[in-house]
Amino acid sequence: MLEIKNLHVKLEEEDKQILKGVDLTVETGKVHAIMGPNGSGKSTLSYVLSGREGYEVTEGSAVMEGADLLELETEERAAEGLFLAFQYPVEIPGVSNMTFLRTAVNAQRKARGQEEMSATDFLKEVRAKAKSLKIDAEMLKRPVNMGFSGGEKKRNEILQMAMLEPKMCILDETDSGLDVDAMKLVADGVNALRSEGRSFLVITHYQRLLDHIKPDVVHIMADGRIVKTGGPELALEVEHNGYADILAEMA
Amino acid sequence: MAVQSRKEIMAADRRAQAEARLAATPMPAASGWSATPRQEALSRLIDLGLPHRRDEYWKFTDPTTLSQPEPVKAATFDPQETLIFGGVDRLHLTFVDGVFDAEASDSLEGEGLEIARLSEAEAADIHWAQSLYGTLEARGQQPVARPLAALNTALASDGILIRATGKVSKPVHITYLHNAEASDAILHHVVKVEAGAELTLLENGPAAARFNKVLEVDVADTGAFHHIRAQGRDHERRAVSHIFARLGKESTFKSFTLTVNGVLTRNEAVIEFTGDDAVAHIAGACLGDGDFHHDDTVFITHDAVNCESRQVFKKVLRNGAKGVFQGKILVKEGAQKTDGYQISQSLLLDDDSQFLAKPELEIYADDVACSHGSTTGAIDEDALFYFLSRGIPRKEAQSLLVLAFVAEAIEEIENKDLAGELTERLAAWLQRHSG
Ligand SMILES: Nc1ncnc2c1ncn2[C@@H]1O[C@H](COP(=O)(O)OP(=O)(O)OP(=O)(O)O)[C@@H](O)[C@H]1O
Ligand SMILES: [Mg+2]
Repeated sequence: MLEIKNLHVKLEEEDKQILKGVDLTVETGKVHAIMGPNGSGKSTLSYVLSGREGYEVTEGSAVMEGADLLELETEERAAEGLFLAFQYPVEIPGVSNMTFLRTAVNAQRKARGQEEMSATDFLKEVRAKAKSLKIDAEMLKRPVNMGFSGGEKKRNEILQMAMLEPKMCILDETDSGLDVDAMKLVADGVNALRSEGRSFLVITHYQRLLDHIKPDVVHIMADGRIVKTGGPELALEVEHNGYADILAEMA
Repeated sequence: MAVQSRKEIMAADRRAQAEARLAATPMPAASGWSATPRQEALSRLIDLGLPHRRDEYWKFTDPTTLSQPEPVKAATFDPQETLIFGGVDRLHLTFVDGVFDAEASDSLEGEGLEIARLSEAEAADIHWAQSLYGTLEARGQQPVARPLAALNTALASDGILIRATGKVSKPVHITYLHNAEASDAILHHVVKVEAGAELTLLENGPAAARFNKVLEVDVADTGAFHHIRAQGRDHERRAVSHIFARLGKESTFKSFTLTVNGVLTRNEAVIEFTGDDAVAHIAGACLGDGDFHHDDTVFITHDAVNCESRQVFKKVLRNGAKGVFQGKILVKEGAQKTDGYQISQSLLLDDDSQFLAKPELEIYADDVACSHGSTTGAIDEDALFYFLSRGIPRKEAQSLLVLAFVAEAIEEIENKDLAGELTERLAAWLQRHSG
């Protein structure tokens, strides 16, 4: 599904190297998790994959099902099926959640040569999906993320993911700021989307989310590289011992 | 010979300009009730002279082309779209280059209103508009002079006089078409909303190469006046408009203006509360691309208790377009419980565009709540990336963000159908002017 090779990224504005050769392959239908200390480059990786400005790829490649991501515009990557659940979802005054969702869904369909979704079908689907995430209809009418609590924003990201039905989902700390019940809701939302043709890259600091979303593979990122890859037990190790042992092992 | 001060030289310049203008545009011969107010306005004009580019009140907008004897030629423009407000059940009147087009107008009658053309009504000896024509304009010359409005009162070739005596269900809609390259139109409308009456006035169109319009509105106690205007898409036209409004007790006044394109637009509004518990909202959205200069100049005087005034102005500017806002709230002694709000914001879509704002508060009462704010900003990059990451193309994302930016001004329009129609026009403009 996603193949990242030797990815080097620096900041555009200053001479600061952030990713220093990331190698990572996510197979179709699998769930991979990335853990790693603050500032190790996890969010940067997710931004670069989705095409955010301000970063410069100096070396390496990122290919999603044959498509060279780095050659595509952000919106084209999305239409190809890439989705990023933001660590900090953006508030957008003046644009309702509903308008935002419908515009996104239809823009992607259009890019793929599909017909737009009818207003009634769309409404039905949003309502059903919102309900399962306990997002009430009132919130859908409000401007995107405005006045949403931290947890509501994260659930809203999952709702967008559910509506857009992407192939490759990157979740950047979707669990941070969630209470226990919300964490369960989000995990259920993700699990409901798990399927043979869909892959996940879950960035997290905590084992707890991974209790609910069982990853197939766990990677540890440090200082701009994947320094260790293993099974779910790796997350448990981090939970108990922190990163010191792993980093010492690498040094 | 005595040495003249700079002030004296400027005053002499202004007067010379007024005289040159009067030589080019003679006053219509009036023998009826309008003769006196026209003559008085002429005296005001000669006294004040025409605005000078060094005048403080014209610091951000050069009045030269509005003052000079001849208009600058303006190519006409076919917008190739259906007439705005065309779907509304309304009383429709049309002026072409400032000349009334009877063929293209409905007959001047309607339930709950008296309506007539100025040029026809002014032959009579007496008329209800007599007590208003030029009166609100004259009051509005203090404390800041508005000579182009005095010029209008003196020289107006025509206009519509509307008196609402009840709840007028059909809006009055005036369309101004521009067909001649060097047309110079001067129109003066008077509206009187009687106690308890209600009227909606719609206006649209570029009008002429140069357009000078005055709208005097007197809203009696408990009356309501709604005004929605779309200033047309001609690129080269120039316009100056003045609204002078007086608000009685518990009355309502709401005015919204959408401006797209136009080399020069100066919209002044002078609103005075004379009765308690009244409400005045004035809002505007303008979109400019390239050779575009738009100036909103507002002066609101609170001279009564517990009145609410609200000013909401949004400007979207690109490719060197320029936006100006001068807004003042004057709260006179004794105008307690005044609630005054003013916001002017611009969204600059590039580094070449410019927004100049001069918000002012002058308050002589102690129990008031007044606030004002002005901001200038660019498209929020984080918001844009969020849209793009969801697969929304850049153009569409920008449009949505721009529409979101002007939404606060559009929301001031009470009639949601009309608000929707204006939003559609805005979106279409953004489609044409993106990328
Ligand atoms: N636009 C930027 N400007 C300056 N520094 C940046 C920028 N983007 C990333 N960095 C720096 O790059 C490093 C990696 O940041 P990144 O956000 O990717 O870390 P992270 O692994 O997601 O951390 P966290 O776990 O705290 O979310 C940090 O040192 C950060 O300060
Ligand atoms: Mg991060």
